[in-house]
Amino acid sequence: MTTRISEAESGTAAAGARDPLVIAGREFGSRLIMGTGGAPSLQLLREALTASGTEMTTVAMRRVSTTTQGSVWDVLRDNGIRPLPNTAGCFTATDALRTARLAREALSTDWVKLEVVADERTLLPDPVELLDAAERLVDDGFTVLPYTNDDPVLARRLEQVGCAAVMPLGSPIGSGLGIRNPHNIELIVEQAGVPVILDAGIGTASEAALAMELGCDAVLLASAVTRAHDPALMAAAMRDAVTAGRRARIAGRIPVRRYAEASSPAPE
Amino acid sequence: MTPVDVIINGERRDLAPRTTVAAVVRSLTEQTSGIAVTVNDEVVPKASWSGTEVTENDRVDVLTAVQGG
Repeated sequence: MTTRISEAESGTAAAGARDPLVIAGREFGSRLIMGTGGAPSLQLLREALTASGTEMTTVAMRRVSTTTQGSVWDVLRDNGIRPLPNTAGCFTATDALRTARLAREALSTDWVKLEVVADERTLLPDPVELLDAAERLVDDGFTVLPYTNDDPVLARRLEQVGCAAVMPLGSPIGSGLGIRNPHNIELIVEQAGVPVILDAGIGTASEAALAMELGCDAVLLASAVTRAHDPALMAAAMRDAVTAGRRARIAGRIPVRRYAEASSPAPE
Repeated sequence: MTPVDVIINGERRDLAPRTTVAAVVRSLTEQTSGIAVTVNDEVVPKASWSGTEVTENDRVDVLTAVQGG
């Protein structure tokens, strides 16, 4: 496998050099974007978010409940984490627009993680509705980060209609199946002029590192942390994995060889 | 005075006449930020809550950010 490293990437090669993620002109020090779904309690979520080092975190919009104590909104505000509202649960472009506008009003952000899924069983994106929704949201002034299939053609179309990033799935949401089609992710990375964020399917740290080694600019994950036995510890592992994968990508891996190449000099 | 029959977050309720969106929000949550309201699927901007009265058969939804994604 060969990887082509862009000049922009290799320019940040020095270890410890400043290497921000830039989306729509906004800089993030962390390349790990967290989701909040699935955490057993707000306290565990708070600890996990802190351990992850994330600077942006997804939330969903739902009816207020008079029985819930505390809110994820307070957790994000207290921790200075930027909210990224999603349109989870939307099956049509029209649903997604309505949810995005609600979120914009509630959270005072025009950023949206656009999700338009086809069915409950797979939660795979519906490409036709997704592209339609993306175009309409961009026209309405939103900064759109679409959750998309690992399809290089669809990713290109989403970029063409003005999305600020593309977020291909590694495998279905919450599945922990990892990255099922690394080749497609590489194709998406090669052609993309906007950040590529691997979204969904990550199960453990090595898979987050792989996403970065494949050239993704960031990783978005939730279940892998929130449903882990120890969410804060897994969050720390993911933070390290994303950093390690990013450094390995920039450093440039050695070519794969069929046979050994001695690393010690031959005996005299 | 005849109460106003409305649906709030999916539940039918009788409200005093001239109840505002702001009062409906206060009745559901102590939160003052991170909330959005729709009346009959149209977003009502926060600045208009205290000046908007709910009327007979309105569907009012009060939403907030929850864990997800």
